[in-house]
Amino acid sequence: MPTNSMPTDTASVLRHLPWNIGVRKPDPTIVVDDLVRSFGGLTAVAVEHLEFQRGAITGLIGPNGAGKTTLFNLLTGFDQPNTGQWSFDGRSLGRLKPHQVARLGVVRTFQLTKALSRLTVLENMKLGAQDQKGEKFLAALLPGWRAQEREIEARAMDLLTRFKLDAKAQDFAGTLSGGQRKLLEMARALMCEPKVVMLDEPMAGVNPALTQSLLEHVKNLREEGMTVIFVEHDMDVVRDISDWVVVMAAGRVIAEGPPESISQNKDVVDAYLGAHHDAPLTAEEEELVLAEAEVAIAAEKAEDADLPTETTRGL
Amino acid sequence: MSEFLDILALSVKSLVSQSAVFFALMGVGLNLHFGYTGLLNFGQIAFALLGGYGVAISVAMWGLPLLVGVLIGVVAAFVLALLLGLPTLRLRADYLAIVTIAAAEIMRLVFRSTPATPITGATRGLSGFGRDFYAVAPFETQRTYDFLGSTWTGREIWAVLVGWILVTLFSLLIWQLMRSPWGRVLKAIREDEDAVRSLGKNVYSYKMQSLVLGGVIASFGGMILVLATGSANPDQFQNANTFLAYAALILGGTARVLGPVVGSMILWFIIAFTDAGLAALIRNGIIPSEILSGPDVANIRFVLVGVGLMMLLIFRPQGIFGDRREIVLDAH
Amino acid sequence: MLISVRTRMSGQLAARILVVALTGFAVFLGLAVATQTSASAEGETIRVTLATSVSGPIEGVEVTVTDDQGDEVAQGSTDEDGRFEADLPGPGEYTVAINADDLPEGVTAAVTERPVTVAEGGVGRTAFALSDGSTGQGGGAARIPQLLVEGLRFGLLIAICAVGLSLIFGTTGLTNFAHGELVAIGAIVAWFLNVSAGLPLIAATAIAMAVGGFVGWLNDFALWGPLRRRGSGLIAMLVISIGLSLGLRYLLNIIFGGRSQPYADYRGQRANDYGPISLTDKDLFSIAISLVVLVVVALMLQRTKIGKAMRAVADNRDLAAASGINVDRVIRFVWIVGGSLAALGGVLFGLSDEVSWDMGFKLLLLMFAGITLGGLGTAYGALLGSVIVGMFVQLSTLVIADELKYVGGLLLLIVILVVRPQGILGSRARVG
Repeated sequence: MPTNSMPTDTASVLRHLPWNIGVRKPDPTIVVDDLVRSFGGLTAVAVEHLEFQRGAITGLIGPNGAGKTTLFNLLTGFDQPNTGQWSFDGRSLGRLKPHQVARLGVVRTFQLTKALSRLTVLENMKLGAQDQKGEKFLAALLPGWRAQEREIEARAMDLLTRFKLDAKAQDFAGTLSGGQRKLLEMARALMCEPKVVMLDEPMAGVNPALTQSLLEHVKNLREEGMTVIFVEHDMDVVRDISDWVVVMAAGRVIAEGPPESISQNKDVVDAYLGAHHDAPLTAEEEELVLAEAEVAIAAEKAEDADLPTETTRGL
Repeated sequence: MSEFLDILALSVKSLVSQSAVFFALMGVGLNLHFGYTGLLNFGQIAFALLGGYGVAISVAMWGLPLLVGVLIGVVAAFVLALLLGLPTLRLRADYLAIVTIAAAEIMRLVFRSTPATPITGATRGLSGFGRDFYAVAPFETQRTYDFLGSTWTGREIWAVLVGWILVTLFSLLIWQLMRSPWGRVLKAIREDEDAVRSLGKNVYSYKMQSLVLGGVIASFGGMILVLATGSANPDQFQNANTFLAYAALILGGTARVLGPVVGSMILWFIIAFTDAGLAALIRNGIIPSEILSGPDVANIRFVLVGVGLMMLLIFRPQGIFGDRREIVLDAH
Repeated sequence: MLISVRTRMSGQLAARILVVALTGFAVFLGLAVATQTSASAEGETIRVTLATSVSGPIEGVEVTVTDDQGDEVAQGSTDEDGRFEADLPGPGEYTVAINADDLPEGVTAAVTERPVTVAEGGVGRTAFALSDGSTGQGGGAARIPQLLVEGLRFGLLIAICAVGLSLIFGTTGLTNFAHGELVAIGAIVAWFLNVSAGLPLIAATAIAMAVGGFVGWLNDFALWGPLRRRGSGLIAMLVISIGLSLGLRYLLNIIFGGRSQPYADYRGQRANDYGPISLTDKDLFSIAISLVVLVVVALMLQRTKIGKAMRAVADNRDLAAASGINVDRVIRFVWIVGGSLAALGGVLFGLSDEVSWDMGFKLLLLMFAGITLGGLGTAYGALLGSVIVGMFVQLSTLVIADELKYVGGLLLLIVILVVRPQGILGSRARVG
């Protein structure tokens, strides 16, 4: 197993945990309790208890419409649950706005990349820096922010070099390829100096040549002491980099454990692999898939409606 | 031929006239809203109305000094922006559009209504509030001057001069803001609000700041308009004017500091030229008066602006000087 | 960027726009000639009419006309038709005053002086807002039934106009600011047919509805369809609809003139009493026609194949397309229905409030209020919301001046957006 080749403290600690749903982690950073979100009659997320280990890479998997993105939205304040609590380092995140969550150090990326097309790559990066003096209206009018701006720019260029985007710094972000946008979005999130990075399908639509470098970047985040939570479909990727895997289906956590435990789990094989990979669907399964699709549509609609710009995108 | 030259001189005068100033100021504010932040404010004229009436009511009805009137106008615009923004800036873009256009229509109807007569003078409006303004002019405002091939009264020159100074100051302000991190956040919000939220910025607060600042700039436009024309009348603040300002902005190019300024000048050159040209053609019998009569000419401008706005958006959304590439980026 | 229309222009689109421009111009020429010949008055006159729905025309009220210098230029009394007419020395600003003491008992005037601007060779018309003692009964609670019925009439006509707007929004996502002009076009076409060509109003209305449907179809065929197919953004389309609205509205001003004009038929009807309320026959028919039409629309949406397809498209366009519905055809049908309903609404509005070039814009904001209240994009919501808005507008005259009644409707719009942006019938998910 590739994960064994790089044993870290956190990874080895997790290895000794029982493979139970809702198992207590030695050093949890994000803790979720009784979180329920439903759209109309459909339950998109219903998580009883879930802990994410600090400094570990946790992979979140599940079939389409399992509620992974909705869970991400809930944890980062982009959506509000019907009921439930969740906390970060002991501080409750309930009812916090997305920007407040981000300021606490929980920064996310999006499934559909949100590169800011008509800003340059460098401007995209600089936007990520926190506590900028020049972002206050009155201070913006005075030259006092310039020294800080130079520091931010230096840090941005450093990161861009690491992500091999330095040559593109002055180009509009809209001219980047899909994979480059994923890289930019991850780099931009790092500009916030986050404690927890939540990546929503970081590998989707990325050409295979870039995948390996993206994976290395994700692993590096752990080396730098960050907690990483990511949603992914590709099981190879999940096995390769995660210390712990959480499996969701129809809004619930159906299994969690180290990567090697997952493929042995009957529930996972049934709900996830079975339904989507082999055997024709039974009528019951078909209904489930349909319901999931509907939830996904509803979730998208809700997300769309939330933001004015959303209606204008993809024009 | 001399008639043509007269028309041309008149049109050249329009390039820098009070109308051009008025729409430039409205446009500079709209550019901040629409061009930089992506807010759909369809009630920009309401901010101008508050600025204009702020001065007119304070001075003519309450006998306050001009500067206090200016302050009242600015505060009124500020408050309107807060009132409109608080409920709508969290919602989809078209909600702000509907609320602002409704608010603008409400204000105009209320200001021109009979019950409001003691304050606003209803349909007759207010006049006689400009004395202090012209008293501080550094030159004789009672005589006329020849300038750019046309005749100007001293009052016109003073009003237009102050107006262009304001346009310059506000353009410099926008220029400085847009190269600062503050402006970067605004432009990012226009591109994708959620991305900006996820990076720890309070999007709602920035949108509010943008709405307030752009509204206040428009209120100065209203002040210049009423001071230059010497009267404040509700029908100067027709809803359609907001869209003239949009046309000017899009013509000159959105999200460029000078876009609304250049656009407003060109728009008024075109309007003055077609107005005067059509009037001349009717006078000389080239266009039979059965088809188009004198009073219709003033309406033609709105028809042209409407059609022009459509054509610009369909065929050249980047404005006449804009860079195609920026627009193309967007169509992904 | 917001205004992001792909700028590669297709020759087909250009050709279509040219066709529309030419058609528009031809119609414009034709109608312009018609107006000019119909209004062949020489010299300037002023015309004052005094009447209320219950008392009918009011005779023997002293009228005085003064010019902008304050000099009296004409004086006299209203005749048995409640009319006063006098020649004026020239165009300009005049003030018309009536002697309130001459009004019959129970009739009061909100204002006794009104400014009138008379254009060269024009007729200055003015009417005074008279409140009627017999319905007013001192105002207050006794007026409520009357206002509710008037509100119902007004609300139903807003609903007729708004159903199309709401369905267009539902099926295409377009917030069409030019929908008010569909209303005005309908009313004005019917006016020309009725007043200039002498057709009975019912026939004129039928033709106007056909024209309205055609204009709706033309909208989609020449403008929105092509824009949709090349993937224009909704905000860009919204601003385009603003341009279209502005251009059409002032074109109508040029064609129709700046004044309000009544239809030739069904004028000066007296109100009949029905218990606590009194209604003219045309008001009664307006309510009946609106109800019948709205029921037919509802049945169409509920029962017919095309109606079901419309609802499916409004619900989820991609899903509808995937299940074999011809989305473009459905949308075109929505435009035709919406256009002809708007035309009908325009005629009904012209019957009660006279025809004017900017009537569409006045109604547009109330339509937005109605469909926002009901929940954007739902046909039934638009109906319910519009009726509530209409009643609210009429009832608001209990506390605010009559001339400000639309302000009440617009304030309601803002309040709804603050309190419940998804509307009564809308789902929370739509707005977030």
